[in-house]
Amino acid sequence: MRVALFVPCYVDQFYPQVAIAMLRLLQQLGCTVDVPAGQTCCGQPMANAGFNSLSGPCFGQFNRVFVGHKIVVVPSGSCVLHLKEHNPAFEGQIYELCEFLTDVLAIKSLPDSSSSQRGTVRVGLHQSCHGQRGLRLAAMSERNEPAFSKPETLLRLVEGVELVPLNRADECCGFGGTFCVTEEAVSVKMGKDRVADHLRAGADVITGTDMSCLMHLEGILRRQGSTVQVKHIAEILYEC
Amino acid sequence: MPNVVEHAAGARQFVTDEPRTDWHDQTLWFVRQKRDRMAHSLPEWETLRQWASQIKDHALANLSQYLERLEAQVEANGIQVHWAANAEEHNRIVEQIVRQSGGPGGVRVVKSKSMLTEECHLNDYLIRNGILVVDTDLGERIVQLRQEAPSHIVLPAIHLKKTDVSQTFARHLGTDPTNSDPQYLTEAARQHLREEFLGATVAITGVNFAVAETGTLVVCTNEGNADLGVHLADVHIACMGIEKVIPRQEHLGVFLRLLARSATGQPITTYSSHFVRPRPLSNGKRQAMHLILVDNGRSTQLGRPDFRNSLKCIRCGACFNTCPVYRRSGGHSYHNAVAGPIGSILAPNLDMKKNADLPFASTLCGSCANVCPVKIDIDKQLWLWRQELTRQGMAPVSKTLAMRLMSTVLSSPVLYGWSGKIGRRLMRLFPGLVSNRFNPWYRGREMPQPPQQSFGEWYRQQPKKHE
Repeated sequence: MRVALFVPCYVDQFYPQVAIAMLRLLQQLGCTVDVPAGQTCCGQPMANAGFNSLSGPCFGQFNRVFVGHKIVVVPSGSCVLHLKEHNPAFEGQIYELCEFLTDVLAIKSLPDSSSSQRGTVRVGLHQSCHGQRGLRLAAMSERNEPAFSKPETLLRLVEGVELVPLNRADECCGFGGTFCVTEEAVSVKMGKDRVADHLRAGADVITGTDMSCLMHLEGILRRQGSTVQVKHIAEILYEC
Repeated sequence: MPNVVEHAAGARQFVTDEPRTDWHDQTLWFVRQKRDRMAHSLPEWETLRQWASQIKDHALANLSQYLERLEAQVEANGIQVHWAANAEEHNRIVEQIVRQSGGPGGVRVVKSKSMLTEECHLNDYLIRNGILVVDTDLGERIVQLRQEAPSHIVLPAIHLKKTDVSQTFARHLGTDPTNSDPQYLTEAARQHLREEFLGATVAITGVNFAVAETGTLVVCTNEGNADLGVHLADVHIACMGIEKVIPRQEHLGVFLRLLARSATGQPITTYSSHFVRPRPLSNGKRQAMHLILVDNGRSTQLGRPDFRNSLKCIRCGACFNTCPVYRRSGGHSYHNAVAGPIGSILAPNLDMKKNADLPFASTLCGSCANVCPVKIDIDKQLWLWRQELTRQGMAPVSKTLAMRLMSTVLSSPVLYGWSGKIGRRLMRLFPGLVSNRFNPWYRGREMPQPPQQSFGEWYRQQPKKHE
C-alpha cells in the first residue's frame, strides 16, 4: 500500500525519532511510504487560539504538498482531527497512525515481535483527548459504550509490554495547545496529576498517540528529576 | 463594573494552595465517578441523552409557540405571568410583587436555589432596595453569609471545607467555632432556616422544567427547601429562563432520570415538586402565584446558529465535575454566575468583552460534551467562540501579531526550515534564552531537548530507495 507521511511541525523539530520510527514501521509492514517535501504545520496552533482564519495558509501548503496522495498517515490524533474538521478542501484520506494500523492495514501482529528478547516494560498509556474523543481511537469513560482502544490493541501486540492500570484512564494532561502557556498554572497542575497517576501505577514509560501531550508530561517528569521516559507509540511499536 | 480578574490569574491564585486544589479536584472527581456508576448502570443511558437532546432541540426550534402555550396554560391554572426582557426587568418585577405582598410587619423573602436569579444578581438588587432575602439551600446560604457567589451551579459551596463552614456559622449563627462536625453544623442551619421559613411572606423559587402542555412548574431540590418555602408563604414567585419550557408531561420522565444522575449520581432528586395552581390559604383566600419568564440574552443566543444549542442546558453541573480545568481552578475564577465549561459558552453571549477569556479556559478535551445529558457540543462551541471573539476584535494586538507571524512562518517551508534550524541551534548553545522565568512553559516544566537534525533534515540525507 502506498501512503504519504505527514510529520507535524513539533515532531519534525523536536522528536525526529518518532517520525523515523513511524516511517520504518510502515515500511516494515509493507507500505511504500512517501514523505513529500515542503510539509510544515497543520495550522492547529493558530486555530485553537481563535485564529482559524490564519490556518488557511497552512491548509494551502498542506494541500499543495499532499495533492494526489490518497492516504496520508500522521503520528498525531490532534493534527488529524484539525485537518479533518477544518480543511475540507483536501481530497485524500487522513489517518492517525493507530487507526491506520488497526482499521486500514488491520494488522494482527507486528514485524519481528517474536524475536524480541527484552524484559518486561511497564507502560502507562496516556489517551490524548483529540485522538480518543475526537477520532474515537478508544472508548471514553464518560459514555455508556463497550470498551475498545486502538492504541491498547496495538500495544498488546508488543511482547514484553505490560500496560499499567491508571486511576483516571482518560483525563486530559493539560497541554491544550496555547493553553499550556496562557493557563500555565492549571496546565502544569494537570500535567503533574497525570504524571503522578502513571508513577503510582509503576510505569517505566508513558506512551501515547500525541507527542504534544508527551512533550508536556516529559517537561514535568524532567523537572521532577524522574527517570521515567516518554515515548510515542510509534517508537514502542517499531522497537519490537 | 469592577475590574474582572481573568480566568488564568484567578486559576493561578487557586492552584497556589496545592493540597486544597487536590482536595477540590478529588471531591468533584468523586461526584463524577458517582455519575459514571449511575450512567453505566442504565443500558438506555445514551438513548436517554439522545431523546433529551432532541426534545430540547425541538422545544428551542419552536420556542415561541411553546412559551405562548405555557403562558396560556399557566394563566388558566390561576398563576399570573410576567415577561422580563432582561435582568433589570426581572429584578424590578420581583421587587414590585414583593412590595405588594408586604403586610404591616414588612416582608421577608426566602429563596430556594435558582441560577437565573444568580445570573440576574437578584439578591444584590433586593438588598440594595431594602428587601431582606434569605437563601434557603444550605450551600447557597453558606455562600450568602460569606457574601460570596456560588462556585458551582449544583454544589454552591463546594470550594469550602467544613472548617470554613464552621467559622462562617460561628460568626453569623453563633455556633461553636471549634466544632466542625457536619451534623452539628447542619442542625444549626436547620434551626436558623426554620425561623426564616416560618416568618417568610414571599417564597422565590427557580424552575427546572415548565411543561407547556399542562402549565406545570417543576422544581427539583434535595433539601425540600423550595417546598417548605412555598408551602409556608402566601406568595410564590417562580423565576425561569425561557429555555426551560418542555412540550409535554411525558417528556419530564426523560429529564428527571437524567438530571440527578448527571448532577450528583443519584437516581432522582429527593424532591421533584410539581407546582400547578395556587393552594387555598387558611383564611379562605388563595395563595398568589407568579411566573416570571426571563429572556436576558437567550433570544440573542437562539439567533446564533453556532451557539443556539447551549440553551439545551438543564443545569446539572456534570460538565463542571468532569472538567479537569474547573476542578483545578474553582468556580470563582470564571467570574460568571454559571462557571465551568457551560458557563464559558454562555457568558460571552451576555458580555463578550468581560468574558472574552472564558472560552480559552479549556484544553478542548471534550469530556464535557460527552457527560452532558442533553448532548451540548460544548468543546466545539468553545472553539467557535474563540473564533467569534477574534472576529469581534477581542484578541489583544500582541496576540494577533504573534499569530500572524506564526502563520507566515509555519506555512512557508523555507521560513519554517530556517527558523527551526536556527531556533534549535540557539536552544542548544544558549539554553538560557528559553529556559528562563520569562518563558511561561519553563515555570513548571523543562523545555524539550532540541536534536541536531530535524526529521526533514535527516530524511533528505537518506538514500532514496523507493520509486
